[in-house]
Amino acid sequence: MKRRAKFSVPLRYILLFLTGICVVGILLGFTLNISGGPLNTVAGYVFVPMQRGINTVGVWISDKMDNLKQLSDVMEENDDLRRQVDELTAELNTIKLEQYELENLRELFDLDQKYPSYEKVAANVIGKDGGNWFSNFTIDKGADDGIEIDMNVIAGSGLVGIVTSVGPNYAKVSSIINDTNKVSGMVTTTSDNLIVKGSLQNMNENMVIDFSDLNDSDDNVVVGDPVVTSYVSDQYQQGILIGYISSLTKDSNNLTKSGTITPSVDFEHIHEVLVILNKKQSTGN
Amino acid sequence: MRRKIIVTLIIIVCYLLQTTLFRTLSFASISPNILIVVVSSFGFMRGRKEGMWIGFFCGLLLDIFNGGVLGFYALLYMYVGYANGMFRKLFYPDDIKLPLLLITGSDVAVNLVIYFFMFLFRNRFNLSYYFFKIILPELVYTMIVTIFLYIILLKINQKLEAVEKRSASKFV
Repeated sequence: MKRRAKFSVPLRYILLFLTGICVVGILLGFTLNISGGPLNTVAGYVFVPMQRGINTVGVWISDKMDNLKQLSDVMEENDDLRRQVDELTAELNTIKLEQYELENLRELFDLDQKYPSYEKVAANVIGKDGGNWFSNFTIDKGADDGIEIDMNVIAGSGLVGIVTSVGPNYAKVSSIINDTNKVSGMVTTTSDNLIVKGSLQNMNENMVIDFSDLNDSDDNVVVGDPVVTSYVSDQYQQGILIGYISSLTKDSNNLTKSGTITPSVDFEHIHEVLVILNKKQSTGN
Repeated sequence: MRRKIIVTLIIIVCYLLQTTLFRTLSFASISPNILIVVVSSFGFMRGRKEGMWIGFFCGLLLDIFNGGVLGFYALLYMYVGYANGMFRKLFYPDDIKLPLLLITGSDVAVNLVIYFFMFLFRNRFNLSYYFFKIILPELVYTMIVTIFLYIILLKINQKLEAVEKRSASKFV
């Protein structure tokens, strides 16, 4: 093995210097809510096109894998018709894909009609969080398409999350199932307010989100009631569906109730989302 | 210079794979942490300095696209790279036990720190749940990927070292 003589600037100082930079970054992030700035822009131009490309490849590979699976089934059934079936499978696949796309677009269209008053822009999910602790993802629309921080993101039939940082051609979205996120919600049947809190544990085990602080002295709220975003929220637009109440218990203080909500969005399989371009007027900054 | 370009490419490719391909290949919503493999491997293969810089940039990348505050992951990964660099003297290319051990240690350490700062501070005290449902599965998956990825990284590093040696001896 080759050993090199150590050069003069001691490594320790570089380490300390970089540590200092990081600590300053963390402090700035906490106090001023600055994240990245020019770094975001540069990184956006370098990585987003590549992520987009890899995603296309990924879709292509899963297409091929689907193809192979179906092919082997058919071969077992009938060897003679293999060639013919092969062609048909391929054809079927493209049609399936088209149908899938059609369904997605239809869903988006439905959603569009459900929340008609908001101006929206559609975006694709191109990357997910690097770790397993949080549920953030990157979408392929950014400041160039009019997206700003704190805009709400919806998909399928309900709320997905909120934009936390924006680059020129991408945006980071933090989903409502994220352990750190809280949304103030409202039960539509009784107009009672509650607080929806993401929980990694509950999401992994039962696919539900926690809620708490529900004030329901008359016991009018029942399991199955839809929960939407509340008018008191300063970040989320009013009336976006979050999910349905799946369990309900009285807290030990006998005043409030807490429980769980089954989200209306399938967070495992989000491909396309809509970003609401109207921002809720918030009081602070 | 050649090394810098190639290492940068490795980081970019691994980051992209981690956020796209491996997220879709996740088992039970757990995906491997391949950046830690890169940081750790280059740490013990090349020493503290390179480990530190590679860790810093990998972390910065995670910060920009995923993290909440800029600097947290950078700090964490930088120290992981630096700490792994201390084991360079014990490292022999033929021995796979030490790399596996170090990468295991790094992955668990990183996740425990994340748990400590991001979860424990918000009253999520159920460490055993997070350990067995998040940290351990991620570790197992990461180990499986490591066996392949580490060999690739080792080969790349050996090639680079051979080329560097040759060009160095040319000038002598």
